[in-house]
Amino acid sequence: MTLTAEPAPVEVLEIRSSDHVVQVRQRVRARAIEAGLGLVDQTKIVTAASELARNTIDYGGGGTLSIVFVNAELQRGIRLTFEDRGPGIADIDQALKDGYSSGGGLGLGLGGSKRLCNEFHIESHPGVGTRVSIARWK
Amino acid sequence: MDRIPILKLGAALLVTIQVDMHDRLATALEEDLTNKIVAHGSRGVLIDISSLEIVDSFIGRMLDHIAAVSRVLDARTVVVGMRPAVAITLVELGLTLAGVQTALDVERGMELIHADESPVEVVGDDADC
Repeated sequence: MTLTAEPAPVEVLEIRSSDHVVQVRQRVRARAIEAGLGLVDQTKIVTAASELARNTIDYGGGGTLSIVFVNAELQRGIRLTFEDRGPGIADIDQALKDGYSSGGGLGLGLGGSKRLCNEFHIESHPGVGTRVSIARWK
Repeated sequence: MDRIPILKLGAALLVTIQVDMHDRLATALEEDLTNKIVAHGSRGVLIDISSLEIVDSFIGRMLDHIAAVSRVLDARTVVVGMRPAVAITLVELGLTLAGVQTALDVERGMELIHADESPVEVVGDDADC
């Protein structure tokens, strides 16, 4: 039996500072264009990426973003995975609720990013870290 | 440190946000704007975001914050030039910019700011001359 191999990322970016958030937006935009996403889809995934990159810094103490192309028959786009080794999220359902913030933000980051994407996965273990994966396709 | 230029246009201040905003730049802008509102007694702040490709909750919060502080200083904030794709994304993200007024372009934004002023005495009718 073979497992489906995760496609190798086309790009991995470090996210440690506000400058990196700007860089994440630029690189995600470039890859979204490369994947053939239209302007509204590009804007949605870049906005979601900006929210999650900031979360990675503010709550995760920094981490990485890997970008892969989604190339299924009916789904062509990009998938982004944000990973950090921060304190993790104890209650994911609560963190996804609009208006909830543990860090003085607007509390729209996670829930908002979910709404902006076709696919959203979150995995978090207190003391280990958090991985959020989103995808947008046309 | 870079700063975003603030232009004085009569009773209003005009800010054109052209660069990808860094956190520090956003904080500096808030400070500069509030200082200038007080220094010039400005009645309005126009923020042109027509070159912004995205508005995330960070920028949204900055706009809301500028509007709230300006209001306390008796000035109205109008955000102008939002791109259609940005508007769609903002609403889906859950940001409604409830505390901020918007206009399609700088000209209409200026009209909103001047609408606040007491009617100016009309001397003659230029349009018919």
